[in-house]
Amino acid sequence: MSVLLFLADGAELSLQAVTLAHSLGGEVRAVEIDGPYAPSAWAAALIDAAEGSDIVGPGSDRGNEVLAHVAARLDLPFAANVTDVRGDEVTRIRWGGTLLEDARIHAQTKLLTAAPFAFAPGARPDVVETLRPELGDSVRVVERVEPDTGGKVSLADAKVVVSGGRGVGSAEGFAILEELAELLEGAVGCSRVVTSAGWRPHTDQVGQTGTKVSPDLYIACGISGATQHIAGCKGAKALLAINDDPEATIFAHADYAVIGNLHEVVPAITAELRKVRAT
Amino acid sequence: MRVLCCVKRVPITGGKMVLTDDAQAIQTRHLGFTISPHEECGVEEAVRIVEAHAVEAHSGEVVALTLGPGEAEEQLRECMALGADRAIHLVSDEEWDAQATAGAIVEAIRSEEPFDLIVFGNESADAGNFQVGIRVAYALGLPVVTGLKGLTIAGGRARCEQEVPAGRDVYDVPLPAVVTVKEGLNLPRYPSVPAKLRANRKPVDAKPVNRPPAKLEKLRLVVPEGQGKQAEVLGRGADAAPAVVEVMQKLGVA
Amino acid sequence: MIGAGIVGNSLAYHLSELGWTDLVLLDKGPLPNPGGSTGHASNFIFPVDHSKEMTQLTLDSVRQYEAMGVFTCSGGIEVARTEERMQELQRRVSSAKAWGIDDVSIITPAQVKELVPYIDESVIVGGFYSPGVGIVDSLRAGTIMRERAQERGALSVFANTEVLGIDVEHGRITGIRTSRGDIATETIVVCCGVWSPKIARMAGALIPLTPAVHQMIDVGPVPHFKDTKGVIEFPIVRDMDTNMYERQDGSGLEIGSYAHRPILHDPEEIPSNEEAALSPTEFPFTEKDFTLQMEHALELIPDVLNDESVGIKYAINGILSLTPDGLPLLGETPEVKGLWSAAAVWVKEGPGVGRAVAEWMTNGESEIDLQSSDIARFYEHQRSRKHVRDRAAEGFNKTYGIVHPSEQWESNRNVRLSPFFLRERELGAAFFEAAGWERPQWYESNAKLLDEYGDRINRREAEWESRWWSPIINAEHLAMRDRAAMFDLTAFAIFDVTGPGALETVQKVSMRQMDVAVGKVVYTPVLSPSGTFKSDLTVMRLGHDRFRVVTGGAHGMADLKWYADHRPVDGSAQITDLTSAYCTLGLWGPRARDILQSLTSADMSNEGFAFASCRTIEIDSLPVLASRISYVGELGWELYVPMEQGAKLWDLVWEAGEPHGVVPAGIGVYGTTGRLEKCYRAFGFELDADFDVVEAGMAWGRVKAPEFIGKEAHVQHRESDPVAVLCTLTVDDHVSRDGTKRYMLGREPVLSKQGKALVDAEGRRSYVTSAGAGPSIGKHILLAYLPPENANVGEELLVEYLGEQYPVTVATNDSTPVFDPENARVKA
Repeated sequence: MSVLLFLADGAELSLQAVTLAHSLGGEVRAVEIDGPYAPSAWAAALIDAAEGSDIVGPGSDRGNEVLAHVAARLDLPFAANVTDVRGDEVTRIRWGGTLLEDARIHAQTKLLTAAPFAFAPGARPDVVETLRPELGDSVRVVERVEPDTGGKVSLADAKVVVSGGRGVGSAEGFAILEELAELLEGAVGCSRVVTSAGWRPHTDQVGQTGTKVSPDLYIACGISGATQHIAGCKGAKALLAINDDPEATIFAHADYAVIGNLHEVVPAITAELRKVRAT
Repeated sequence: MRVLCCVKRVPITGGKMVLTDDAQAIQTRHLGFTISPHEECGVEEAVRIVEAHAVEAHSGEVVALTLGPGEAEEQLRECMALGADRAIHLVSDEEWDAQATAGAIVEAIRSEEPFDLIVFGNESADAGNFQVGIRVAYALGLPVVTGLKGLTIAGGRARCEQEVPAGRDVYDVPLPAVVTVKEGLNLPRYPSVPAKLRANRKPVDAKPVNRPPAKLEKLRLVVPEGQGKQAEVLGRGADAAPAVVEVMQKLGVA
Repeated sequence: MIGAGIVGNSLAYHLSELGWTDLVLLDKGPLPNPGGSTGHASNFIFPVDHSKEMTQLTLDSVRQYEAMGVFTCSGGIEVARTEERMQELQRRVSSAKAWGIDDVSIITPAQVKELVPYIDESVIVGGFYSPGVGIVDSLRAGTIMRERAQERGALSVFANTEVLGIDVEHGRITGIRTSRGDIATETIVVCCGVWSPKIARMAGALIPLTPAVHQMIDVGPVPHFKDTKGVIEFPIVRDMDTNMYERQDGSGLEIGSYAHRPILHDPEEIPSNEEAALSPTEFPFTEKDFTLQMEHALELIPDVLNDESVGIKYAINGILSLTPDGLPLLGETPEVKGLWSAAAVWVKEGPGVGRAVAEWMTNGESEIDLQSSDIARFYEHQRSRKHVRDRAAEGFNKTYGIVHPSEQWESNRNVRLSPFFLRERELGAAFFEAAGWERPQWYESNAKLLDEYGDRINRREAEWESRWWSPIINAEHLAMRDRAAMFDLTAFAIFDVTGPGALETVQKVSMRQMDVAVGKVVYTPVLSPSGTFKSDLTVMRLGHDRFRVVTGGAHGMADLKWYADHRPVDGSAQITDLTSAYCTLGLWGPRARDILQSLTSADMSNEGFAFASCRTIEIDSLPVLASRISYVGELGWELYVPMEQGAKLWDLVWEAGEPHGVVPAGIGVYGTTGRLEKCYRAFGFELDADFDVVEAGMAWGRVKAPEFIGKEAHVQHRESDPVAVLCTLTVDDHVSRDGTKRYMLGREPVLSKQGKALVDAEGRRSYVTSAGAGPSIGKHILLAYLPPENANVGEELLVEYLGEQYPVTVATNDSTPVFDPENARVKA
């Protein structure tokens, strides 16, 4: 049986989906869709192109949305964010990845998306078919509002994220994190506790219900490591945790640890960076 | 305006997930329950929309709906404390897959007066299927927009803003419609004491529902490996700074 | 020390102060907040309590918190919604003054409103204002104390260290095993709050407490608090009649409750730090249990809570420790030498408990008497899971309750029944509980005596004083004085000290000479090392190497431990608890001899059976140990037989007594009226660690030659003038402002004729230690320690009771009784 691979937005996640598609064992046909984003029409186009074969997409917002439309149209089960497929059994993530679920698909056709960062990226297929769906009166994007980032690096794209949690203590406490982030040309993030307390806007929130980030280095300052937060930063290539509680859960997810008060450690890192750069 | 909000009872988890012996669920003996932050924003938005349009039409109503165990009434009361007027409780102790959940919700909606807007969280906190709202929209023949971080209702239409990496995509759909929303859409209120007490007096229409066989059948839950990562300790306190900068250089971010 | 909450940290500090140098403090959680109850405590302190012990511990704690700079004084008001509560608040004023807290007052609703502008004063009838109330930073206090001990080099601290096992050899602690290695030690203190039972069980000991829920919510932001600085500017309000409190917490208002159903948990149920969503002792809020409380809070503070912008931001079921009698669990466990408990302690008394337990561990006693909190106080059944949970549940809703001094528990009764129980029940006994025993307080069958004695019996007009009381008590008293009365004294604790080292043991522990002839009975104080009261009891010498100790039921187990702890190290003395082996029937009154003589061929005459002697006599077919002493000032005997023979003994005495007009009489006579007419002192009332033998007027005779605990101090006390003198007072006028006669129940402040508090040279207040009727002398009798300058027979003073002052006169200033001063009856 062949597999229709939907290369959606986000090159990185789509390439991870390539690996998933190949793991199903069949012939992989890759498609892209051209035109304004219209999930319903895109789903219809995919269904036409698939001709009954399995459909695999990336575990991105659009990948999951379009596959859900496909599933609704076909009344088939859809397994979002899978990490492994074994015949009709899949493993998929729950709780933003802090828990896994083994599930059985009771259908001939599989509709799957690849959980972010669960698969090594595959090579972009040599042949990628481009679909141009009929939009008709289907729901579509009518306008794009550009973000007002104030010239700063966006959280989602940042190579370094300096993130603060309850341990920062106050809105003002984030000044030292801002300073370090600026020096590293990175962005400042925070945990849900921080946005709930009103210290930072929700746009800064990293977590299961906030922004999911995948920087080269994620610096978690005074963050305990609740599952809600880990779900947002597990895409980081390296995680440095700074916390004065050596038993904080965050250390179980960290590659590097500094045990100490962030109010002492963070300024020391900033100073050290400046010193190193000056020489 | 009549708005339906669909919510799900989920545990408030700590730093570590512990499974029940049969690996079918999270051990919730020590845990409290809530609805996901997305859904909280959904309820808040629904209440604000109905309040804003109450002047035009006095028939405004926010209805909270859940499919869940008897205890999920607590979450419906939470929604009513946030301002929902009444609740529909589809009672079942079992866990339903997304398709079956959507089916039960559709049936419940069909037995109600039509809603102008049906609100879901973008995805549930626990199962994360990303699809119940979309399925319901299809079954009812309604337009659907997901992942909203902005919503404006005017002139029988909904202007929906969806966050994308490059900014916000805007959709414009006629009502009635289905939307799924994300945390950040608004800052939900904390319920006041009188609101809590009022919520206790609001009606909950509870009806048992039977789960059809699952098409995506949960077999077991597994705690992923790697939760016990051994971090390399770079040092204690400010003295660790040189080691941290060294790591930054190694990673190429310094 | 296991547990780095307020207690463990305080204990570490105070032990280091007292010279301990090799201390270790462990906690399974992180520091500074390891996740126990200290971390989520509401942290406010109302110092006034009806218990002297708890008030002293709390006052000491406040002093320590203040010295550490972590106390913020806010004042506090206990408000009343009912007149009954107003009376209770007046009682609290009395207790405050009795324990030396003078700045308290009763205030009007308008005055409450002035202090706390956001309440609706129309729902209250008044308040009890304590300006000294405040909040503390208990986590900071713990850190300061811990660090001081560390700076001194006396303490090592290990956080995130779990206890895996405790090693015990031959009943003694030898070491502790932890997730970070083992430690050899002879002493372990369990200060783990709600986890304590679990840890103690590792050593085979039992700490009888249960984790229980206290619900709290935090609402905000309160517009009224917008311009306030700091954490708290308004007095804390306790809404006593709804079992709730409301306190400012920065921009928010914290509302807590003890009104909900008792929600008890098991120590094993508490999650780990990692599993818990908040902390291990902050359980998910169960909202249904709080609905009524929200309505009550709305009534009292509608201005704040009706504001829809004031949201519920935080709500928890906080876990705290409850015990069967509401008091802490302090001291060495009776099961394991070297295993100490410092559990069931709240933030308000934490530092005081730390200091007191440290002193106890160091000196064998503490400055503040911990007799009510001694973990050795329990009988086996009182430590059972069911008893602990039943009583904790019953006590929980009384946290702010109006608890009568004689109030009886309802749950888990009828556990210990004497062999006389069925007879007593037939006679309409009103049973009060003593150490688990059901004991008649009076008998309804004696109601007929009320007519017999007519006007000689005071009827109490006020409901409060007639609660848990009957005029029949006074009638039984008079019948005893006229004829004879039978008393069920089975609740006595009885234990034998035997073996070659028996004499050495009883000599060491008892103040009086124990090396007496076999067959003598000696009443003796038991002293602490500093010469104050550890207990008082009687000892019968039954043989050369056999002494039988008989002591009050309530304190019997602690006495047993005290004797056991002071046996010779060579194992030459044994202690056998016989409490459940023997029942005791008391028979006293002028006809007691006639009744007993009619049942036995033994010579019961004064010559044949002298006062303060004991021997076995045959009554019918029963060998009975008879002991001629009296706590009611009458001729008579305590009769001891094995439990199973008790019913027969009762029937024999009853039948023989009938022609002599014998009556059954309850503890109302034995413990109060009979005792007070004879000015006999009672442990826990007159006798405690605050006063010495000389002050108590009990230093008669010479000091015995052999060594005994407290001897040096006792000799010193005899050589110097007493700082206070225990006196007997009688009430001159009972009529209150509204015309009803009122009768003090005890613990009221004694004032000079000018209405000023009497304070002795050591700063101790004069208060009524015991109060009760003296039907034979026709007066209400009070005992109180007075400064020597006031301890003059005929001196006129005042006693404050429920907000009014009543004239009293000093009747005697030594142990001379007000009834039968020559003791002719006892020695008849």
